[in-house]
Amino acid sequence: MMKNENLIQYIYGIADNALILGQRLSELCGHGPSLETDIAITNMALDLLGQTRSYYQYVAQLSGEGKTEDDIAFLRTERQYKNVLLVEQPNRHFGYVITRQFLFDMFHLLLLQNLQNSKDEMLAAIAKKGIKEVSYHQRFSLDWMKRLGDGTPESHNKVQEAVNDLWKFTDELFHMTEDDRIAFEAGVGVDVASFKTLYLQKVSDILTEATLTVPEIKWFQKGGKQGIHSEHMGYLLADLQYMQRAYPDMKW
Amino acid sequence: MKKNWPLWEVFVRSKNGLEHRHFGSLHAADAEMALENARDVYTRRNEGVSIWVVESKHITASNPENNGELFEPAQDKVYRHPTFYTLPDEVKHM
Repeated sequence: MMKNENLIQYIYGIADNALILGQRLSELCGHGPSLETDIAITNMALDLLGQTRSYYQYVAQLSGEGKTEDDIAFLRTERQYKNVLLVEQPNRHFGYVITRQFLFDMFHLLLLQNLQNSKDEMLAAIAKKGIKEVSYHQRFSLDWMKRLGDGTPESHNKVQEAVNDLWKFTDELFHMTEDDRIAFEAGVGVDVASFKTLYLQKVSDILTEATLTVPEIKWFQKGGKQGIHSEHMGYLLADLQYMQRAYPDMKW
Repeated sequence: MKKNWPLWEVFVRSKNGLEHRHFGSLHAADAEMALENARDVYTRRNEGVSIWVVESKHITASNPENNGELFEPAQDKVYRHPTFYTLPDEVKHM
């Protein structure tokens, strides 16, 4: 039997990915390698923050404690964020930005395509709207994976370095938490484990086409979905939450 | 960037039925990237339904120094405008 709290936790598991990745991409605003890629990345950040708002407004309504979307975004502690470790990884260089985006987009699109059939009408509607945005994100990151992988020796090496480093975070995308399981059994949530094979097949095909090597590792990192984050998360939240922490309830 | 990507000209059709109009230019490595960049740079506020891109080097432009011989002779030839006809009232939008 699904309780409100299970649904809220389930939504955090989806929405926090969009918030944290959106925040990471926002850090690049004004720092993109070219004006054109800078705007493209900022557009994606805005898409993700827009999706985050829809989810958080719904959570605020469900929690019924007079909370707003801002409270949810800015006033939770690190352990209360349920995003996967992949999206909180730092930008380092353009190869990392694109690889992180690619690995997440391939998952994100499959997730939303499943979520649009949710029995929860609100989640289904948010997913439907997000699919078009995320299809474009995937088109952008996939295109750049091929350009960098099959580009110069330097771009190839840099993007391969990012693939090797970030690969250990891919398995967590398909872990089912207790709340995920409850939401799935209620017909509201998605069984992410069900499209892991499809994901790996698609990602491997693209990496091979980009002349990149698919890492073969046995040990994968996890924890984000339980709120146990990497060392980068605290710094990210410090940036994200600074205003509301320093000036509580301040408004623009 | 020490070596810039080539320059592309962007044409956007803002609605079906209207013509593509020149919107501006941007840098891109090839045509596909130029289309994606144009989408991000010029249509993010819902400006368009179709985009054309063409590499700037393929455009042949008239030389402003020749403006005198090219364009001034047309200035005193008002009879080339169809303004000397009386239009019936039923004809609108002329």
